[in-house]
Amino acid sequence: MSLNIDKIRSDFPALNQRINDDKPLVYLDNAATTLKSKPVIEAVNQHYQMESANIHRGVHYLSELATQKYEDTREKVKRFINAPKKEQIVFTSGTTAAINLVAQSYGKTYLQEGDEILITHMEHHSNIVPWQILCEQVGCVLKVAPINDDGEVIMDEYLAMLTEKTKFVSFVYVSNSLGTINPAKQMIDAAHAVGAIVLVDAAQAVAHMSVDVKDLDCEFMTFSGHKLFGPTGTGVLYGKEELLAKMPPVMGGGDMILNVTFEKTTYNRPPYKFEAGTPHIAGVIGLGAAIDYVSELGLEEIAAYEQQLLDYATNSLDNIPGIRFFGTSKHKTAIISFLIDDVHPHDIGSILDLQGVAIRAGHHCTQPVMQRFDIPATGRASFSIYNTHEDIDTLAQAIHKVKEVFV
Amino acid sequence: MNISDELYQQVILDHNKKPRNFGKLEGATHFAEGFNPLCGDHYNVYLTVDDSGIIENAMFEGSGCAISKASASMMTQAIKGQTIEFAKSLFDQFHKLVTGETVTDDGNKLLGKLQVFAGVCRYPARVKCAALSWHTLTGAIDESQDTVTTE
Repeated sequence: MSLNIDKIRSDFPALNQRINDDKPLVYLDNAATTLKSKPVIEAVNQHYQMESANIHRGVHYLSELATQKYEDTREKVKRFINAPKKEQIVFTSGTTAAINLVAQSYGKTYLQEGDEILITHMEHHSNIVPWQILCEQVGCVLKVAPINDDGEVIMDEYLAMLTEKTKFVSFVYVSNSLGTINPAKQMIDAAHAVGAIVLVDAAQAVAHMSVDVKDLDCEFMTFSGHKLFGPTGTGVLYGKEELLAKMPPVMGGGDMILNVTFEKTTYNRPPYKFEAGTPHIAGVIGLGAAIDYVSELGLEEIAAYEQQLLDYATNSLDNIPGIRFFGTSKHKTAIISFLIDDVHPHDIGSILDLQGVAIRAGHHCTQPVMQRFDIPATGRASFSIYNTHEDIDTLAQAIHKVKEVFV
Repeated sequence: MNISDELYQQVILDHNKKPRNFGKLEGATHFAEGFNPLCGDHYNVYLTVDDSGIIENAMFEGSGCAISKASASMMTQAIKGQTIEFAKSLFDQFHKLVTGETVTDDGNKLLGKLQVFAGVCRYPARVKCAALSWHTLTGAIDESQDTVTTE
């Protein structure tokens, strides 16, 4: 069953507006964050309007209702990523928080001086800096698997860098600046062969393809709610049961304990052990609505539709003289990073914006990728379920306008 | 494309294409490096200032967007042959212009050609682009050792 794009577009109120001198909004910044659908907005609104209460502690009606809805999302995430148990789903404020949690909990406890952590050259800063911090703390060593001109991990080099010293591997499933889909299963199997623990950063994957942690067999997986049409400030850490059980908490506080005395405090079991303090309850409930929304559409249908958008966009833009693409893997999601002639991406971004087209211009929090291609930044158009061929035609026209201004 | 014309005026496009006073200034008495970590814009500003505080020469080098490059280029033109004090008060006026504060008639007179940057104030994300070389100039005048950033 193919997607009903008109229906989807009508579900996203933000699309129904005109900006910058009455231009219809063409939103192509989905890799930065996705728009929010009515069901998500309504779920958040309903919580704040009628069901605002704290969770896991009240005996009153509203508290139990909020707890139920919050925990329902855990169950939804479990099914969404095919996790064995809902206790393996830890809510965080986002992917960044989830990766930092693993680095500071698992990493700081179980990694030692001289151990190696392997990442790739296409990582987001949030999958680089937490490991650098850890390396400074415990004396482990960060290794980086290189990428080729198409923006793909050079598999031979990746495999050669896996040794008995490699204790942890962390890589992005889908690159946010290049669009590349990494061969996650192959990379995880190879890491396991040397006994390494693997974290998969699926922030840029979950809204565009199905992610199955059982099939991947990774130890940890992370994603953010806001890139999945959900609220900002929500995220997920999935972990294997035995690892979550033995990892110490990073934050102490309410809800993460069983018993507190001044002599001895016992921690709660996972996932609560890692959820100190009042969480983003409304956000997590909204995330549940977002998961329902994409699940109903079907990740396979979404992937097929976006692939078709990518093909159309690549062909349309390829006709523009002077355009250069960064990230030309055969296996990629609908992200196009580009430069046009020698125009700086910020100027591209501004001129597109003036025509109602929202793209990202910058290094996309992947400065090493920019260094790899020896460029300061790129323009990035990233597509989602509500984008159309008309959007892409408008983008192409807008890029022509950039060329006109900068002749 | 009225708005585009407002932001990307011909003068700005021309300075972007052919930046004036572009390159390293040998024997500079003052120097600073300016960097916008958000977008990667990166400029060095060089000055030779004589004993009486006159800026004999001003040059810049580096890379960035059209707004930042044109701003740096026109800045060097505007301060060459002027006093340090003049450069500082020019920056005050320029800062007002690009952040949308009211500029008096006297201020506009001082700014002269630099008034083409008036449109920038409507694009908050681009104010830093226009101001980067000026912050760097201040760093050079103050002989700051650290890299000047817009953050």
